[in-house]
Amino acid sequence: MATVFTTKGDMDESLLEKKEGFVDNDNEYTTWVEYWHEGELVHRSVHVQLKKMPNFIGVEAASIG
Amino acid sequence: MANTQSMCTSFMGELMTATHNFTTGTGDTFKAALYLASATVNAGTTVYSTTGEVTGTNYTPGGITVTNGTSPIATNATTTAGVAYWTPTSSLTYTNVTLSTAFDAVLIYNSTKSNKAVSVHTFGSQTVTAGTFTLTMPSNTTTTALLRLATT
Repeated sequence: MATVFTTKGDMDESLLEKKEGFVDNDNEYTTWVEYWHEGELVHRSVHVQLKKMPNFIGVEAASIG
Repeated sequence: MANTQSMCTSFMGELMTATHNFTTGTGDTFKAALYLASATVNAGTTVYSTTGEVTGTNYTPGGITVTNGTSPIATNATTTAGVAYWTPTSSLTYTNVTLSTAFDAVLIYNSTKSNKAVSVHTFGSQTVTAGTFTLTMPSNTTTTALLRLATT
C-alpha cells in the first residue's frame, strides 16, 4: 500500500482521488500531482524542469582607437 | 507587479570586482529563495530580501542552499566569441512544504557575500500543499546553462 503525505498526515493512496497535469513550453516542462480527500485538496507537489535560460549578457570588448 | 527572468545588473558589476566566487568547494555559498507571483524581483534586484518571499509550512526564509559541484566553464567558440557558464549540480528541492499563495520565481543569491543577488528565474505560477516543490536545472552546456555570459 502506498502512502501519501497530506495535510492530514500520511494517508493510504487508495483513499484519495489523484489528479495529474503538466505544462510544456519553451521555458519549462512542469508536472504536478494532486491528491484530494472528500473534496479537499490534501497534497499537491510540483516538479519544474527548466529547459533553457536565455542569454543574459552580450559581452563586448570595445576597440581602442 | 510581476517577476522578470533576468541576470541581476548589480551582479554584472560585481563580477568586475571579483565579488562572487563560484569555485566548487572553496567558493561562496549560493542560495535559492522563492518569490510570490505578486512580488517584484528582476534585473534591478541587488540583494536577497524577505519582501515578497513565500511563507509557509517547512519553508525557511532565505530558501535552500544551492549545490555547486561543478565550477564555471569557459569555452571559446571562435577567435572572437565564447561562453562562460555555470549550473547548479542538483535540483532545488523544497520538501514537505505548504506554500498556499501562488509563486513563480526563484532568486539565486550569494549568502557568503552579504546576500548579493545573482539572477532571477521564472516559471509558471504554482502552489504546493503538503508536498514537494522541485526545480530541476537545465543542462550545463554553452546553450542551456542556468548562467551564461556570452560574447557576441
